[in-house]
Amino acid sequence: MTRIEIENLQATALKVREHIIRMSQGGGCFIGASLSCVELMVYSYARVIRRDRGHGADAAGNLGRDYLFLSKGHDVPALYGTFAEMGFLAPERLGNHLSTADSIYWHPNRNIPGVEFHSGSLGHLPSVAAGVALDCKLRGGDNRIVVITGDGELNEGSVWETILVANAYGLDNLTIVVDRNQFQANIRTEDLIPLEPLEDKFKAFGCNVQRIDGHDFQALEGAFAGVLPAGKVNVIIADTVRGRGLPSIEARADRWFCSFTAGEVEQLLQELHGNINATIESETLVVR
Amino acid sequence: MNYEQLLIETALADERIVVMTAENRALVRNAPAALKGRFIDTGITEQTMIGMAAGLALRGRIPVVHALAPFLTMRAYEFIRTDVGIAQLPVKLSGYIPGFLSDGNGPTHQAIEDVAIMRGIPGMEVYAPADEADLVGMLPAIWSSPAPAYVRINHKPGSYMHTPYVPGKAEIVAQGKDVTLLVYGFLFENALKAKDLLKKEGISVGLINMRSLKPVDEAAILWAAKVSNRLVTIEDHFQTGGLYSIVAEVLLKHRASAVVDPISLGDRWFKPGLLGQVLESEGFTPEQLAQRIKQANSYQTA
Repeated sequence: MTRIEIENLQATALKVREHIIRMSQGGGCFIGASLSCVELMVYSYARVIRRDRGHGADAAGNLGRDYLFLSKGHDVPALYGTFAEMGFLAPERLGNHLSTADSIYWHPNRNIPGVEFHSGSLGHLPSVAAGVALDCKLRGGDNRIVVITGDGELNEGSVWETILVANAYGLDNLTIVVDRNQFQANIRTEDLIPLEPLEDKFKAFGCNVQRIDGHDFQALEGAFAGVLPAGKVNVIIADTVRGRGLPSIEARADRWFCSFTAGEVEQLLQELHGNINATIESETLVVR
Repeated sequence: MNYEQLLIETALADERIVVMTAENRALVRNAPAALKGRFIDTGITEQTMIGMAAGLALRGRIPVVHALAPFLTMRAYEFIRTDVGIAQLPVKLSGYIPGFLSDGNGPTHQAIEDVAIMRGIPGMEVYAPADEADLVGMLPAIWSSPAPAYVRINHKPGSYMHTPYVPGKAEIVAQGKDVTLLVYGFLFENALKAKDLLKKEGISVGLINMRSLKPVDEAAILWAAKVSNRLVTIEDHFQTGGLYSIVAEVLLKHRASAVVDPISLGDRWFKPGLLGQVLESEGFTPEQLAQRIKQANSYQTA
């Protein structure tokens, strides 16, 4: 990637973060986990998913296309913010967040252009993606299938069950990207159900494993472009920071689900651009 | 033609069909050789199998999915509800050894709440054929429908010559003035024999093979309530959520009333053993059924 290309991706990521921050008022959203996966989402849609092949449920009949499944469904603000920047979704619709008149709520659904499959219940989309990947193999396609999971989500046995099966079927067209932001809900993963050494776990299950800085576009490019042994599921552990971009939120256990006031949102937008440090007074330790 | 022959024949004629199993090949031993890549054994992973079935359905496939009925309907329940149900994908669930057919396995293997929980999923159809011929007669319509479906697989040979299956319709086997037996699945055969025993005693007994529990043939239930003095539901299922509940719901919906007595497993698992002994110890032989049908409120005696 050229410097200009990287700068363009960074500019897009900044706009996606603005969308996320705006969606955190009037009912709130899972802001911390959304901010951690922005680069993963932007990079995937910009450089991995070949959007010219069609995308989302609207393109269901197009068997040659690529797929991105967001298994950590609570990252809707990052997903839809990215959709708005990629042209799948009219940006003004993000203002309909949590309105029953639209379908923009806390978890993804196929009424939103670009969403391949609904999620919200953790540990589901690795298996759905494996079914898609297996069919792509059966039909001899060169499709790329990407699943973004959380790290807390790796508690779910169904994730590991699916990896066993996917490797048994040699689904090397499947890439699992783990948003390793170190938190599950309001607790650090390593304080609750430790995951490390995480590479070893995936390797022991037969995967190709890479571990990168999940906020570094060049590193993402390297991981997706890597020539890896065939016949294995590819896993990219993307080390990220929850709340990335907002120092007043970053890596804090109590900034998972947040509902901010309009004034706080304005401050956070300023903080995102490095102008001020936001002062948050809203109660944000919400368990959902 | 048996289940497997029909499945393979259907799959060979329609490449949308894929056959999946969570390492339960009893019904599909010859499918791997016949279907090659379209036979997918995911190992002992009911959840992953259902998630993958949803993914395959997203790609235009019609997965026909096999596992023991209790593990299929319960281990994978949330995957069925969430991935298949919410998306309304044409995934066809074949539950093996439901109800009494788990004979000696024990309560872990007893799918006797499957009708209740599967029909609780919006859009999910639920079928219970009376025997192998009934099963094979019903499957083409079930597999070619765009709806998700659960089939209580019953591949036991039967003695009755069934009428052709009409989607969503029950099979009215006999009309009776004194009582009509409503039955589904494997117990059809014994209900049929019980009917004949009661007939010899001069009792006028009707019999309906329900076939489709969701959608249910409401007209058949209302008709039976009208032409008979009593209805008796017979099922190898907990009393909650099965046919007894379905009949109650239909009667309430139509502001109709009837005397309905259940013969079910009540609120407990059955004592495991060889199938014939299970039927006897649980009171489901033809002779026992005939006796229980004659008693009002037979559930209270169980």
